[in-house]
Amino acid sequence: MITDAQPIITTRFGYDDSHTLERFLATGGYDGLRAALRKAPQQVADDVKAASLLGRGGAGFPAGVKWGFPPANVWPRYLVVNGDESEPGTYKDRMLMERDPHQLIEGCLIACYAVGLSQAFLYVRGEMALAQERIANALNEAYAAGYVGKNILGTDYSVDIVLHWGAGAYIVGEETGLIESLEGNRGMPRLKPPYFPAVLGLYNKPTIVNNVETLANLPFIARNGGDAFAKLGAETSKGMRMFAVSGHVNKPGVYEVEFGVTTFRDLIEAPIYCGGVRGGKKLKAFIPGGASAPWFYEEHLDLPLEKATVDKAGSMLGSGAIVVMDEDTDIVRACHRIVRFFAKESCGKCTPCREGTSWLEKILQRIIDGYGRPEDVDLLLDICDNISPGINWPPRQTTICPLGPSAVSPIASAVGRFRHEFEAYIGAPVETTVQMNGLAYKAPEPASA
Amino acid sequence: MARFTAENEELAREIIGRYPVLKSATIPLCHLAQEQDGHLTEEAMEHIAELLGLAPAEVLGTASFYEMFKREPVGKYVVNVCTSISCFLNGGDELLEHAEERLGTKAGGTSDDGLFTIEGYECIAACTEAPCLQVNYRYFHKISNDEFDRLIEDLRAGKRTDIPPHGTLALVRQHIDAERAAGVSPPDHGEQPVWLRDTPALQDQSG
Amino acid sequence: MPDEEITLTVNGREISAPKGQLVIAAAEQHGVFIPRFCYHPRMKSVGMCRMCIVDIDTGRGPALLPACMIEVAPDMKVDTESATTKKAQDGVLEFLLINHPLDCPVCDKGGECPLQDNAYAYGPGESRFVEEKRHFEKPIPVSDVVFLDRERCILCDRCTRFADEVAGDPLIHFQNRGNETEVNTFPDHPFASYFSGNTVQICPVGALTAKPFRFKARPWDLEKVESTCTSCSVGCRVTIEASRNHVLRYQGVDIDPVNWGWLCDKGRFDFEAIESDDRLSEPLVRKPSGATDGTGELIAASWAEAIGAAADAIRNAEASAVAVLGGARLTNEAAYAWAKLAKGVIGTDHVDAQLDDGLPGVAVVGLPQATIDDVCAPGATVIVVDANLKEELPVLFLRLRDAVINRGVKVVELSSMSTGLAALAAVSLVHRPGEAHLAMRALVGDGDAAAVLDGDLDAAKALTGGNVVAIVGRSSVGESAAATVEAAAVLLDARADTRFLVALRRANVRGAVDMGLAPGLLPGRVTLDDGRQWFHEHWSTLPDEEGLDATGILTAAAEGRIDVLVLLGADPAADFRDHDLAQRALAGARTVVSIDTFMNRSTEKADVVLPAAGYAETDGTTTNVEGRVSVLERKVTPPGTARADWMLAAELAYRLGADLGLESVEDIWNEIEALAPAHAGITRELLLSPAGADGVLVPLRPEVAQAAEGQPVQITGIEGTEPDNAALAEAAEPSDDAGEPEPEAVEAVTRAEEEADARPDTVRFSRSDSYESPAPDAYSLRLIAHRKLYDLGTLVQHAPSIAELAPGSTLLVHPYDLDRLGVSDGGRVKVTSPRTTLTVEAHASTIIPKGSAALTVNQPGPDPADLIDATQPVTDVRIETV
Ligand SMILES: Cc1cc2nc3c(=O)[nH]c(=O)nc-3n(C[C@H](O)[C@H](O)[C@H](O)COP(=O)(O)O)c2cc1C
Ligand code: SF4
Ligand code: FES
Repeated sequence: MITDAQPIITTRFGYDDSHTLERFLATGGYDGLRAALRKAPQQVADDVKAASLLGRGGAGFPAGVKWGFPPANVWPRYLVVNGDESEPGTYKDRMLMERDPHQLIEGCLIACYAVGLSQAFLYVRGEMALAQERIANALNEAYAAGYVGKNILGTDYSVDIVLHWGAGAYIVGEETGLIESLEGNRGMPRLKPPYFPAVLGLYNKPTIVNNVETLANLPFIARNGGDAFAKLGAETSKGMRMFAVSGHVNKPGVYEVEFGVTTFRDLIEAPIYCGGVRGGKKLKAFIPGGASAPWFYEEHLDLPLEKATVDKAGSMLGSGAIVVMDEDTDIVRACHRIVRFFAKESCGKCTPCREGTSWLEKILQRIIDGYGRPEDVDLLLDICDNISPGINWPPRQTTICPLGPSAVSPIASAVGRFRHEFEAYIGAPVETTVQMNGLAYKAPEPASA
Repeated sequence: MARFTAENEELAREIIGRYPVLKSATIPLCHLAQEQDGHLTEEAMEHIAELLGLAPAEVLGTASFYEMFKREPVGKYVVNVCTSISCFLNGGDELLEHAEERLGTKAGGTSDDGLFTIEGYECIAACTEAPCLQVNYRYFHKISNDEFDRLIEDLRAGKRTDIPPHGTLALVRQHIDAERAAGVSPPDHGEQPVWLRDTPALQDQSG
Repeated sequence: MPDEEITLTVNGREISAPKGQLVIAAAEQHGVFIPRFCYHPRMKSVGMCRMCIVDIDTGRGPALLPACMIEVAPDMKVDTESATTKKAQDGVLEFLLINHPLDCPVCDKGGECPLQDNAYAYGPGESRFVEEKRHFEKPIPVSDVVFLDRERCILCDRCTRFADEVAGDPLIHFQNRGNETEVNTFPDHPFASYFSGNTVQICPVGALTAKPFRFKARPWDLEKVESTCTSCSVGCRVTIEASRNHVLRYQGVDIDPVNWGWLCDKGRFDFEAIESDDRLSEPLVRKPSGATDGTGELIAASWAEAIGAAADAIRNAEASAVAVLGGARLTNEAAYAWAKLAKGVIGTDHVDAQLDDGLPGVAVVGLPQATIDDVCAPGATVIVVDANLKEELPVLFLRLRDAVINRGVKVVELSSMSTGLAALAAVSLVHRPGEAHLAMRALVGDGDAAAVLDGDLDAAKALTGGNVVAIVGRSSVGESAAATVEAAAVLLDARADTRFLVALRRANVRGAVDMGLAPGLLPGRVTLDDGRQWFHEHWSTLPDEEGLDATGILTAAAEGRIDVLVLLGADPAADFRDHDLAQRALAGARTVVSIDTFMNRSTEKADVVLPAAGYAETDGTTTNVEGRVSVLERKVTPPGTARADWMLAAELAYRLGADLGLESVEDIWNEIEALAPAHAGITRELLLSPAGADGVLVPLRPEVAQAAEGQPVQITGIEGTEPDNAALAEAAEPSDDAGEPEPEAVEAVTRAEEEADARPDTVRFSRSDSYESPAPDAYSLRLIAHRKLYDLGTLVQHAPSIAELAPGSTLLVHPYDLDRLGVSDGGRVKVTSPRTTLTVEAHASTIIPKGSAALTVNQPGPDPADLIDATQPVTDVRIETV
């Protein structure tokens, strides 16, 4: 359903000078901070909880709940802002950082105030030079104007926000990898459980890791209250959300739409959004939530962009990245392209991911090069099974973090639906024995009349 | 040049001063070294190790994890053509092929004039703007072959002063004035923040 | 307090495990072995290899989790045999093997390789991997002794974790990312760690290999015996591994109280010296030669002739003109035999196992003793006085490092220069050489704070306000031991309950002193006077009065008052801290008898040279720095006709018309146990029993006697030092606590206590007068003569793999002084003491305090022992440019 709900976080994108303090202040900037500081920190946190603001980084965990995790009386606590946006298909945090850096800073300030975080680190992906410049500039402006640093707005609330640059490693987007990286280490994730960052994070202190988009919503919530936010959206998915729709559509773009009610079809087909599959072609498949997500098909188009619904259907909304593939898409190559990404980006810590993803990539490349063997497809699936036992959704894993299992999604999707394309490359029929249990990997039940 | 210049060492110390634990400054300092020399030299890593109280192997261990740190000289302009899934679907591979042809070198290589290094890159977060590329991490969206050629011409002709040589990322740096700084929060001794209490920080309703 | 126990289920069986234990360890303790590569019980888990993933159900259904990362929890269900577990482990193994070369037949690890073993046990049969394997340049040297084959590496992070976490030398590190990850060093910064060999031992595959062992043998050809390393006095447990009568390597054995499986590289690799061509293999006797100076020449002789010559010389000398120097290389049994020969047959007390490079015997055995575990106990505060642990007792350094980093131990260091400990110490107080006692007075008494040249005295005082443990050593031989002894005394005066770990470096120095190879002492830690009556019943004679120490002996010899000087594995010409005195002594003694394993600078001057069997060639026991006795095993035969040291004592006694009554190592130990007051109850059976596997502390503790249950532990007498009396009192207390000794053990100990009257009391440290040091001389710098791990020592120099690692000596001076003297950094200077002038290279170094100058002893290059006058309390030197 397409609603007339107004954008929350992309409101300034229309201005050329949207990134300046001047424009920001002229358009209600830092009012959210003021509103927050007029409340006790706990009230602000309660508001965010009431808003049911789901994390926008991929896992979709409610921010307000996460904020409640740091153990009492362990200090200091830190904020780490996840601006490492690198998952193929994902493009929204960069926009928020480049075009409205003050909004993000305001979000950080509200979070630190509410949770008692005494230093914030804003980790920006290394490859985003402009975002770094804009944030540096915005921070310098905000410090000078008394919005950040010592005695913010003349109160006893003081916090530094440190801009930190990444240097090119997707895995650093995973929150424990991010923390390792911020500590100056190789960005190799830590095992969780037993400890989550909110309990043992940066320098082994309680640390809130939030995504850029998540934080960008806070000024609105602070200004208008959690309930105003929760009025938007549906079920478990409240507020507005940014989706990047790319691939074979007429008008690829980033759209902020009402969460939970807008459907995939709305986004892909509506003229105000993507305006349909390019060249009038038929849809072959689409990735609903970033390269890690199992693929969806025609029959999923009418599902709403609602977390629980999409999870139940066997995939995820992940990082809000929808990639559309039309009927001409070479599925084996597309699959290879995604697997190659995970193979390149494996941090190398876990044996199954380090060795397995590269092995998968090599086999796919060999198939594409015309040296595929009929047994290769089953081998691909068995390797997948050894990385993610049962090839299920949500996935089980023999690895520390979900990166390894992410390489399983495109393979299981491609083999599940488009086995004949593998057979075409291999030039022989293909038998498989390995079970795939993820719902989206299976062909739909034949439609009953 | 390889160790930090006096000026950059000063800057390095300022950066280090923002972190509660020295080692956290590893990546920012590697960027600074790369900005100084165009790539990350062994001498620079040794200098960084000294500044941070680490073994050089630790600095290298960290630096080598990250793609952006080049341990060999690269061209003045590093051209990253995205070939990840969205760009793949929209001509990224063809753009890379064209770039290789135009610059006379395969991905991973540097053009004969030493000006350009090309890389086939993974997703650069411009998926809706495919095909796309970056030159020294500055974006070029929906770029056609012709536009690519023009860009290269302009760069060769020195017309793109907005794109600094490889190594320099942001042209604006964060600077925290000592007067305005809240101060670092070291992990080994922390107290409950003063503002974390039952009453609002801002009493004045006019604000 | 016993740890909280948790009940969980492993493979359907209920087990209980202490809170905090990892599933992998708990399961193993209950007989369920979970395969693993990266997990190592002495390092932090990283959960990288994923081999140990098993189904663990914590109430939310089974999930595959790494058993090496997950702690036991109540009602946890672990299934190591489920189909998912099995499939996942098979998968991991296959992943590890796909890029692993199939060169097992030429790999050093082949036959003892967990990867190979697991591949048989868990892996699928044939390879499904048809792609090209990962390639790296074949073995690259990462240090002087270690090679790395990155193709074999499975990236388990063991070596790198060891380097960083355990050794504190993060010189090898993961580099690059993902499938291209490799372990490597920074270019031109080799893995120059004193502990690098450990990485070879803990590498689960054959990626890291040690130069001395590469391609030498197949592991299945190795025969192993367990023994104790005697390269220094930490007493690390090792296996000696040999093939066809050749020792090929040592491996560390993990024992809780000492080395945790670690060894230093010197200890690990000096086995190469055993087979050196330079070993003495036949007796030599000096015979006149054509030379006109009449000095003669050492000529091979029969044992009968050589021993006869030595015996004749002794027989013809007054008892008080016979002296025995050395003995720290010996086993306890040999030391006892020699003590009995010298003191109980010949009747001389001029016996000293130390070369004035340690502390006086009364301090060594008389200070209330602390164990390694005591100084590493969680929360302990340790005062380290003049002990350069990293250079002298490396694995003790590792233990203390762990204690500081992981157990909240606080170290306050008192030292004349900054050592490897400084980085770990909470506070380092620097004193002038020879003024440790002044610094100690400032720390725990009301001494003048000016004695502390550098360091935060107030912070140190705050830390040492309560109970402390102390480590005292002898890190510099530029000054006499008096200041350090006085420092210990000051500390003991101020804190009567302080216990000390006397950290002396020579291998069995502790055992030698325990056995009476020190002036004024008899076996079992009694003084000559206190033990006179008791030993008189068993030995034929005893010296009338306390004899001379090493400096005294050498002075007497130089003055022509010593007829026979026996060098018992001692090389004063090289090792004594005053070379001039040593030379004059060797010339002045009428007959010099040298018993040694190698020809050295002193044997060259000897009249009779008797070849001794060395390490791995003799049985017996050794005593470590804590007073822990452990068993040494023989694995190979000595070269030529070399014989065990104790046999030589017995033979000499026989030639002197006496009978030591010692026919075997067992005999000797039985006599030690029966006679030596401190050693009562420590029977050979106990030492060889499971309860003695980690060695047995002298004196015997009741809980050890108890642990030896089933063993016939007979205690005929015991006299404890303070903590042991406390233990006795505790043991006597009726208690139902499970941790307390069994009634029989208590009874045995109580009985022992009753019978104690028979044996004399063990010695308690005391000092006659308090020591005052000479005032510094404003025109001089005071000399520090310190050590490095690798030096010109016999074993190091005969082990080719490490011989070159001796760094050489340069003069280190504080930049301020160097500047004041107008010397440029690296410039050549003349160093002058009353003894001589040396020309050396001077370097500015802030590890040396102002007013001091440091030279390393026994290195290639100028030796401070040329400058030192051993009869002076300190060595002041003048420095001028050349
Ligand atoms: C492999 C991997 C990559 C990730 N990359 C990102 C990322 O680039 N940006 C991001 O915000 N979260 C990323 N995440 C999710 C983070 O781990 C984390 O859940 C998130 O930053 C939390 O913020 P949120 O609760 O506000 O969403 C990634 C997770 C995984 C497993
Ligand atoms: S799953 Fe892959 S990326 Fe994640 S921690 Fe393991 S090796 Fe690294
Ligand atoms: S042994 Fe547990 S993951 Fe390696």
